[in-house]
Amino acid sequence: MASPLHQFEIKPLIPLEIAGIDVSFTNSSLFMVAAVAGVTLFLTLSMRGRALVPGRWQSLAEMMYEFIGGMIRENVGNEGRHFFPFIFTLFAFILFGNLFGLLPYAFTFTSHIIVTFALAMTVFIGVTIVGIVLHGAHFFTLFVPSGVPKVMIPFLVPIELLSYLSRPISLSIRLFANMMAGHTMMKVFAGFIVGLGFLGGWAPLAVNVALTGFEFVVAFLQAYVFTLLTCLYLNDAVHLH
Amino acid sequence: MPQLDVSTFPTQLIWLAISFIALYVLMSKLALPRIAHVLDARQKRIDDCIAQAEEFRKEAEEALGAYEKALAESKAKAQEMLRETTEGLNKQAEARQKELGDRLAQQIKDGETRIAAAKQAALANVRDVAAEVARTAVEKVAGLAVDAGKASAAVDAALKE
Repeated sequence: MASPLHQFEIKPLIPLEIAGIDVSFTNSSLFMVAAVAGVTLFLTLSMRGRALVPGRWQSLAEMMYEFIGGMIRENVGNEGRHFFPFIFTLFAFILFGNLFGLLPYAFTFTSHIIVTFALAMTVFIGVTIVGIVLHGAHFFTLFVPSGVPKVMIPFLVPIELLSYLSRPISLSIRLFANMMAGHTMMKVFAGFIVGLGFLGGWAPLAVNVALTGFEFVVAFLQAYVFTLLTCLYLNDAVHLH
Repeated sequence: MPQLDVSTFPTQLIWLAISFIALYVLMSKLALPRIAHVLDARQKRIDDCIAQAEEFRKEAEEALGAYEKALAESKAKAQEMLRETTEGLNKQAEARQKELGDRLAQQIKDGETRIAAAKQAALANVRDVAAEVARTAVEKVAGLAVDAGKASAAVDAALKE
């Protein structure tokens, strides 16, 4: 029986090397490209009719658009609309990566910490730059809680700073851990089905059916949480406190 | 754990960057403006329809107002007409009644005059007949020829009694 972690192995499909660094086109790359193609095809094909009264697919695309639009409006406010394409891309990329990863034999690129950490760092650095560009040095008042006695400030600023710096870590580990744990569980129970055979295999099969449904929820929910937290961080940077 | 294999990091990072930037460009330049355009067009259409509906409602209200005004006017006119007609007819009826009464009174008076004349004539006739009867009776009974003038005088005298 293959190890439950076998599914996370990176396998080069087209070996490539640039300046001595391995940049092969791997199964991970394939699913990233698939997510890009999937999102783009979904949004362009469904909107092809540009119908005044939308059909099913167009409704779905509009729903996704308005879902992210509403999230930004509610959490960042009107200034957030400049970041709409980025946040939409982030949501769509993670969502399709998670969902495509649920297909049998598929690879889930969001189950790799380096990918989620890179995304989280992009958000973190981007949000910090936005804050500094908008507010200059005033941005650093973000680390000084308002309405606190002066004596407490030396203690509170390091805590605030630490919590700010831990944002990309919590953001990336949340997504990575959820995806990895879910897929590992599914593989473990699938192993039990085979191990217990026709007589006892039904119980883990039932569990796996439930887990599959659960994983679809997690796939959406984690994409949502990642995007929502990005919005909240952006809100902090745009409005300070 | 394959996630901790650092040797795969460069390929994952480079392909993540390539696909994420590609998706960003595709979204911001192609997919999202298209959706925004459709949503804007729909919103505009809805707003237009609402504005038009509002206009139509106003028009309908105006028409209703005009209709009600016209109705009230015609009612007043009808009332006036009815009143005038009734008055005219009443006057006419009164005049006719008076005329008819006059005519009937005239006819009654004429009739009374005629009856009086006829009575007079009848009375005169009775006297003449009585005189004649008296004269003839005298002639037959007594065998005397009585003068007509005397007979009538005698009848007159007898009538007076």
